[in-house]
Amino acid sequence: MLKLQKIDLYYGQFQALFDVSISVEQGETLAIIGANGAGKTSLLRLIAGAHSAGSGEILFKGEEVNKRPAYEMAKLGIALVPEGRMLFPSLTVEENLLVGNYVRRPGPWKLNDIYKLFPSLHERRKNPSSNISGGQQQMVAIGRALMSNPNLILLDEISLGLAPLIIEEIYRVVKQISALGTTVILVEQDVRRGMNAADRVYCLLEGKISLTGRPSELSMEEVSQAYFGV
Amino acid sequence: MDWLNAIVQGILLGGLYALYGTGLSLIFGVMRIVNLAHGDFIVLAAYLSLVVTQIAGLSPFATILAVVPLLFVFGYVLQKTVLNRALTGNLLPPVVITFGISIILQNALQLIFSPNSQGLDAGSLETASIQLGRLNIGWVPFITLITAIVVLAILQLFLTRTALGRAFRATSDNPGIAELMGINSRQIYGIALGLSLAIVALAGILLGIRTNFAPAEGPARLLFAFETVIIGGLGNLWGTLIGGIILGIAQVIGASFNPGWFQLAGHVVTLLVLAFLPSGLFPRTREL
Ligand SMILES: Nc1ncnc2c1ncn2[C@@H]1O[C@H](COP(=O)(O)OP(=O)(O)OP(=O)(O)O)[C@@H](O)[C@H]1O
Ligand SMILES: [Mg+2]
Repeated sequence: MLKLQKIDLYYGQFQALFDVSISVEQGETLAIIGANGAGKTSLLRLIAGAHSAGSGEILFKGEEVNKRPAYEMAKLGIALVPEGRMLFPSLTVEENLLVGNYVRRPGPWKLNDIYKLFPSLHERRKNPSSNISGGQQQMVAIGRALMSNPNLILLDEISLGLAPLIIEEIYRVVKQISALGTTVILVEQDVRRGMNAADRVYCLLEGKISLTGRPSELSMEEVSQAYFGV
Repeated sequence: MDWLNAIVQGILLGGLYALYGTGLSLIFGVMRIVNLAHGDFIVLAAYLSLVVTQIAGLSPFATILAVVPLLFVFGYVLQKTVLNRALTGNLLPPVVITFGISIILQNALQLIFSPNSQGLDAGSLETASIQLGRLNIGWVPFITLITAIVVLAILQLFLTRTALGRAFRATSDNPGIAELMGINSRQIYGIALGLSLAIVALAGILLGIRTNFAPAEGPARLLFAFETVIIGGLGNLWGTLIGGIILGIAQVIGASFNPGWFQLAGHVVTLLVLAFLPSGLFPRTREL
């Protein structure tokens, strides 16, 4: 459903992605792993339309979408859960979720389904979103993305800075989302967590794809070599 | 001095200032830009109303139906064609552009309508008033205050209860993230300037009914709008009403000591607020 071909991405003179080609099928869960500054966030933001590639092609549902603005990609069915949650601080929890539904795409996710998925959000729904725990903020960020009923959801380091129990809960939800047929691309620095959750893995090293394959077929030495480049 | 009367007249005047301040505050809240032509748009609205009364023979109140939509469209188009290009994250370009628009408007109005002051004729309503004991409440100032309250209430409902209103606030918080939610921030900015100028249209027409106006009076209106939002707290809707009322009361009380102190008293109160409560009496809340 999504195919990137020979993508180069630049920030001014600085090149962040080199000749990156990846593809993901409908319903698949993909993990992108890589060290700090490898270009994982850049890749997700590129797919979401927040950046445009200097060269290469991006095909989503068969359409060339490079250089489309982010708000159009959201309408096409791509939702990004950004690194650092990035909730709207002056909106309440519920208002953040409702903003996710701005595109009014039809689908299974309604406000109540999000509260069923994350029961602790329900009692906090009137709280300013800046006024809840980090784990709850991450839940709102995921719920906000689901409210657009995306075909493809992009998760950028959703476990960062959270307690192990919360991470378990959130990854259980990721499994549920994927079980509904939604395609998932998740970015993780925690290699094992990423590999456990995914059908396929890409490893990024300094802006280049250094390894790809199914988690079961990759050895730890291969992965560590591709991750650290040594 | 009759304190009660001064306070009541000040509150009524505050309604007009709240209308001035609301549009300015809305634009700053959503886009973080300061519109230096805001006062000139107020004067422009009064002149547009004058033209419509002359062409169509309508009462100035009826011209609201023409001037409000006209200025909404004007604001939307101006934002989409000119100001959106200036939103580079740098504070200066929008300031320079709106300053330029201010000068163009003043000169164009002078060219077309002469520098002399004119007024809108609302007939006997202009001088009609309600007598409450020793208080004399003019109908036009009263209608202005009610208009300001209604505008603020509608704006608040819009911002908190509608999807578009939430998109306004989300864009104000973080336009880049709002875009990821499917919100076209440039479209939001266009609608925001449209709404701001629609409110300006109401303010300009009510100003013109209340008193005479001239092409060069825009900057003074801008100053009152600024003082209103400084006192009330920038970006706080109901603070704008309180700010306008405090400014109005200060001016009326100042003028009752000496007519020349009308503006001075307002400036002094504003400076006092700036000195002791730099973010105003009611700092920015979560409405905008
Ligand atoms: N907006 C930007 N302007 C300039 N350079 C940027 C920008 N965003 C990222 N970079 C650079 O691009 C490279 C890749 O950054 P990116 O954030 O994509 O990495 P990442 O893999 O997500 O890292 P992390 O694990 O720290 O989140 C880094 O060298 C970073 O400094
Ligand atoms: Mg990152």
